[in-house]
Formats: sequence, structure tokens, C-alpha cells
Amino acid sequence: MKRIKRRYIGLLIDSDSVFTEREFLDAVWAAIARLYGEYGASQTGLAPISFDEANKVAILRTSLGTLQLVRAAIASITRITGKAATVHVTSISGTLKSLREKNVTNPQGHQKKA
Amino acid sequence: MKRTFADLHLRVNSNDTAVAQELIGKAAELGYRLIAIPFSLETRETETEKLRAVCLDAKIDFASRIDLYPKTKDQLTHLLRKLRRRFELVGVVCENKEVARQAAKDRRVDLLSFQSLDYRSRFFDWAEAELASSSLAALEIDIKPLFVLEGPPRVRLLSCLRREVSIAKEFHVPVIISSGASNRQLLRKPREIAAFASLFGLSEVTALDAVSTNPSTIVRRNREKLSQGFVAPGIRVVKEGRDC
Repeated sequence: MKRIKRRYIGLLIDSDSVFTEREFLDAVWAAIARLYGEYGASQTGLAPISFDEANKVAILRTSLGTLQLVRAAIASITRITGKAATVHVTSISGTLKSLREKNVTNPQGHQKKA
Repeated sequence: MKRTFADLHLRVNSNDTAVAQELIGKAAELGYRLIAIPFSLETRETETEKLRAVCLDAKIDFASRIDLYPKTKDQLTHLLRKLRRRFELVGVVCENKEVARQAAKDRRVDLLSFQSLDYRSRFFDWAEAELASSSLAALEIDIKPLFVLEGPPRVRLLSCLRREVSIAKEFHVPVIISSGASNRQLLRKPREIAAFASLFGLSEVTALDAVSTNPSTIVRRNREKLSQGFVAPGIRVVKEGRDC
């Protein structure tokens, strides 16, 4: 059987409000279901890895084939539990180890100046 | 080669410096290196300079832009004659077919914008694309309505955009994706916008070009045209006088 390749996505929630992990995940699932329907959502293999409520950062896991799909859905989030919020992708990696290393060196995932 | 990401449509009120600073700062933070802010006809030179200074502080390149809303093609040509050399970018919001056709064939127009959500009022069809392909106009797509709308209106808009992008691709009309953001909550990273563009049929590379190469090329070309000594593309005056 072919091995499923996965990607880990580091996320940063940009909002003045604080959200729980459940509220955040509900918003992500709702965004995916709105854009791609329940069938599309079922193909993403989305799973929460970690959530830091204080720093408003999260790590999700998805399959490589649906990475762009998940990224688009995350970009479409404008509200979480009715409060204005944006979710930015800070880093993407094939292993949790390298994702965490990237987050340490560049926590906001900003572009390095040329 | 590293891409220079650009957002050619930031809706900033030039009188509200605090909001302008916040929005420009956020754009720089998200990885944009070039932004354009549309001004109105009444905008004074001082306001433009103020925004230019804010961009300089945020270490982001700034391009001046004007959006024209003409009702007839004569009005469009009159406005272009008057304003083309004052702004680095000229966008035309096409509200009727006559204006859309004139804008597509006029080489002074940089960006064609169709803001209506009604598919009957979006005039980017084959004829429009053919005219645009022989001039220098690019199709501009604002991403903001896709974030704001929900349900059937968003479905209809996505369907229109998919059709327009496929026509643009066929006629080699460059596509430009802008945020159209008026507050920081509507700003996204360029790569997120590129991922979102997959919803209306742009491949990853084409979408990245739409937020980097295509807008940068237009600004570079216009700056060259507006610079002193420009004669024609590739020809410029390097020295004047009797000893030439």
C-alpha cells in the first residue's frame, strides 16, 4: 500500500480575542466544509497536533495532496465564534521536528528581506 | 529567484494616517515588497507624499494609482489624457460594455477591473480578452469579495472568475490578484492568496506570478515610461547637446 505523505502546518491566529482549541478547530472545519463540502473535507485527513491558547499558535496535520486546499480554506477564515480573526500560515514542513525548528527561527513566518 | 510580492490594491484613506500606517505595516509584515494605493481625482500631492513616507518607513515600495469610473468611452479617453502621466498605475472599473471595450484596447490602461457581482455586468468575454491581449491591459481580480461573501453569491462569483481566468489564459492576458483590503483583517500572505486562487482555476505557479511577477512588471514598465529621457521601449535619451 502506498504511504500517505503528510504535511504539518504552523498557524498563527491574528485576533484581539482569545479562542479555545475547540472554537479554532470548528472554524477551520467549517471553512473547509463551506468551500469544498463534506466530501472534500473528508479527504484532507486534517488532525490537530498542538494548540497554544496564550500565544495563539497551532499546528495541524494534513495530507500532502490536499495541502493547497486546506491552505485556501484557512485563508478564507474571517471570523471565529463571531469575532473578527485571521489565520496565517507561518510554516509548512514534512516533519514536526523541522516545523518546530522553523517556528523557533522565524516565529511569525515572515519573509526574509532580500 | 526570490519573488517580489506586490499588492496593487490597498484601499487606504490618505487622510487617516493611523489606519494607513497599520495597513502598510501589516502588508510589509506579511511579505509584500510593493504596494499601490488608489487615489481620487481630488487627492493632493501632499497626501501622496505622506503615504510615500509611511511606505518608506515600513521599507516597502510604493506606487501611485488611480481608479477611473468613466460612464462613456469619451469620458475615459479624456480622463486618460489628463491623468496618465500623473500616476504610475491606471485602473479602469468597467461598468458598461462601451467603457470595457475602449479600456481594453487603450494602451494607457494598465488594469481592467470588473467589480459587479452580477455576471451580466462583467464584460470580460472573448472579444474583451482579444482586445486586451493586443494592448497592455491586465485583468485585475480583487480577493476581498471572496472573503466577505458567503453562500450563493460567493458561488456565483467564483464561477464568473473561473470563466474569466480561463479566457484570460487563452488570450495570454496577464492576471493580477490584489487584496482590495481596507482593514488588516482582510490582508493575507501572498502565498495564501495564491492558494485561494486555485478556487478559480489558477495553478500554483500562475497564481504566484499573479501576485509577484505580473504586477511588478507593470510597475517597472510604467516607471520607465514616466522617467526622464524615455523615448520608446528600449530607447532612451542618454545625452543631449552639441557634442553628441
